[in-house]
Amino acid sequence: MNPFGKADFGFGHEKEEIGTKHGSRITRFRAFSVIEILKQSGNVRQIGPPEFCDQRPRMVQANPCAISPGECREAIREKGRLLLMGMTISEKILAAHAGLDSVVPGEIINAKLDLVLANDVTGPVAIQEFGKLGIDQVYDKERVTLVPDHFTPNKDIASAEQSKILRDFAKKMGIKNYWDVGRVGIEHCLLPEQGLVLPGDLIIGADSHTCTYGALGAFATGVGSTDCAAGMATGEAWFRVPESLKFVFHGSKFQPWVGGKDLILYIIGKIGVDGARYKAMEFTGDGIRSLSMDNRLTISNMAIEAGAKAGIIEPDEITLAYVKARAKRDYKVYKSDPDASYEKIYEFNSEDIPLQVAFPHLPENTKSVDEASGLKIDQVVIGSCTNGRLEDLEIAAKILKGKKIHPEIRCLVFPGTQDILLEAMRRGWIETMIQAGAAVSTPTCGPCLGGHMGILAKGERALSTTNRNFVGRMGHPQSEVYLCNPAVAAASAVRGEIVHPREVVNNG
Amino acid sequence: MGKVWKYGHDIDTDAIIPARYMNRSEPEHLAAHCMEDADVTFAQEVKAGDVIVGGKNFGCGSSREHAPIAIKAAGVKVVIAESYARIFYRNALNIGMPILECPEAVVGTEAGDEVEVDLKSGKIDNKTKKTTFQAKPFPPFMQELIDAGGLIPYVKEKKKNA
Repeated sequence: MNPFGKADFGFGHEKEEIGTKHGSRITRFRAFSVIEILKQSGNVRQIGPPEFCDQRPRMVQANPCAISPGECREAIREKGRLLLMGMTISEKILAAHAGLDSVVPGEIINAKLDLVLANDVTGPVAIQEFGKLGIDQVYDKERVTLVPDHFTPNKDIASAEQSKILRDFAKKMGIKNYWDVGRVGIEHCLLPEQGLVLPGDLIIGADSHTCTYGALGAFATGVGSTDCAAGMATGEAWFRVPESLKFVFHGSKFQPWVGGKDLILYIIGKIGVDGARYKAMEFTGDGIRSLSMDNRLTISNMAIEAGAKAGIIEPDEITLAYVKARAKRDYKVYKSDPDASYEKIYEFNSEDIPLQVAFPHLPENTKSVDEASGLKIDQVVIGSCTNGRLEDLEIAAKILKGKKIHPEIRCLVFPGTQDILLEAMRRGWIETMIQAGAAVSTPTCGPCLGGHMGILAKGERALSTTNRNFVGRMGHPQSEVYLCNPAVAAASAVRGEIVHPREVVNNG
Repeated sequence: MGKVWKYGHDIDTDAIIPARYMNRSEPEHLAAHCMEDADVTFAQEVKAGDVIVGGKNFGCGSSREHAPIAIKAAGVKVVIAESYARIFYRNALNIGMPILECPEAVVGTEAGDEVEVDLKSGKIDNKTKKTTFQAKPFPPFMQELIDAGGLIPYVKEKKKNA
C-alpha cells in the first residue's frame, strides 16, 4: 500500500500538481514538510539526500533554501519514487556502514570500512600521503592489508625500492596482512582465498579491480592512493550512493566452454566501457546462481571495465560454502528487496551467450570467438586477478593435456596465489602445462599491465585471459591484446591462432 | 591562457601514464611520460598552463593516482572533458588537479586553440574561436573538498575537530 496516497504535500506557498505519469503517486509537495511526514509514516524509509535537511548528523548539511524550488521539486519527484521502494544490496551495505536506516542514490555518506587495501604500485603513494596526516598508526592493524603483487618479484631496482617502502611501512605499523614473495599472491585472488573479504563488507582498495569482492556479496570499490591513505588512517571513506543496474541471466544452461568471463565481456560489449559509470552493477538470475565462486569472481572483477563502482552478487549457498571455510570474523548477508529500485534492468538468456573475444583497444570491442577465428597470435597469457584461479587452470590443463603449444606461441601461465599453484601442482595440471610447453610463473600481476614477465614487442599480438586491452597495455604501444576466457586461450595456444575450443578438443 | 591538447573518448589511464613507468612515483618522472601511448609529442611540448580536452569517460581503467599526478606535474592547468571515469574524478580532486565537465566546450574546442579558464567560476573562454562555455558546477560536497585543498587537508581538519 502506498503510504503517500493521501498525503498532502506542498512546496512553500506554492502547490504543484505532479500527476502520476512518472511512476510516482505523490501528487503535491511541500519541501519543508516532506521529512516530517515521511517520519510519521512508520513503514517508510527516511529521506536521504542532504539537500532535504535531514536532522541526523551528516558530512554535508546543506541549507534547503540553497536550492531553487525547481531543483527541489525535481529532486523530490525522483526521490519520492525511490522512497516508496525497497533497497538494493548495495544500498543496504552502504546504509549499514554509515549508521543509517536507509540511503538513496545520489546521497553522499561517510561510512566505516571493513578493509583497506593497497599494492606495491599504489601503496607507496598512499604511504606518502598517509605521512602528511601526522598520524603514527593505521586505524586497525588487522584491516589494513598491503599486497606487493604488481612488480614482484622485484623487476628492477626502482620497483625494489617501491616494494621496500611497503615492507617497511607494514613492519612499522605492525600490519598483520602483509605477504612477501613466496607467500604473496595476486591481491584479488589472495584476499578472498584467505577469508579477509566477506559478505556484507564495505571495502576500498587502491586498485581498480577491488570490485572483485562483490562476488562475495560485499560492496567493494577501487580508489586512488589518497583515498586509500585517508581510509588507512580513519577507517572511513565518503561515498556517493550509486544507482544500481541489474543484469539478469535466465537459465542455468550455457553454451559449452562459456564461463564468467564470457558473461561479463558480453555485458561490456552491450553497454560499453562507460555503460555503468558511477553505478553499482548487480548480477543475478538462475544463470548466475548456477556459477561457481571462481566464475562469479571473474564477473565482478571486470565490473570496472564498464566503469562501475561495484559489481555485486547476492550471497547464496555457494557463496556461504566458500566463505564458511575461510572466515575468521563475523559477516552479514544482505539481499536486495524485491521492490528495490534499479535505474535499468538488463535481461539475457544464458544459452544465447557465445564465447567472447574482446578486440583492441577496449574491452567493449567484443565479438564471438567464431568471428575472431583464424587470427594469428604470438603470445597467450592465462592467469591474473580475472582468470588465475583453480578452475581457470583446470580448464586450461584439460585442453592442453597431451597436446603441444604451437611452436610459434609463447604461452605464459600465472596462477593467482601460491595455494592455487600448489593445488594445481598436486592435481597434475602444472605438469600437464609444462609438458605442453607453457611457462608457469610464480603469482604476479606482471604481464597483465605490461609490467614485466611477458612484454610484447612492436606489432605483436597476445590473446589473454586478463582484463584490459588498452593501447600498450602489455608492452609496445603498437602491440595488441585480445581478451578471452581460459578455454579459448588454451585452445588457441595449441592452434597458434584464435580458435573455438571445440576445434582443438575432440569431445569439445 | 593555455594551448589545447585535444583527445578522444575513453582516454584510459594506461594512455595517460603507461604502467611500465610506474616502478617509480616521482611526479617529474611521471610527467616525462605523460600521455605517451596516446601522443608521443605531448610530454616534450606541453607548456605550463596548457589545457587537456577529452571526450567521454576520461581516465577510465586503473585506479592509479599516478595519472592525475602526471598530468598535474606536466604543468596542465585543467582537464576539460565530457565526462570522467569515477576513480580518476576522485583522484584528481583529491590531489588538487583541476578538472571540469563541459560537453559543449569539448565540442567547441579544437587542438591548438588558446583558451582561458576561470577555475572558480568554471567559465571557459576559447580566445581562438571567440566563444565561451560554462562548466557544470561541482556537487556541494565536492566543492567543500576542493575548497579544503584536497582530501588530506580535509581529513586533517576533520580529525582536529573530532
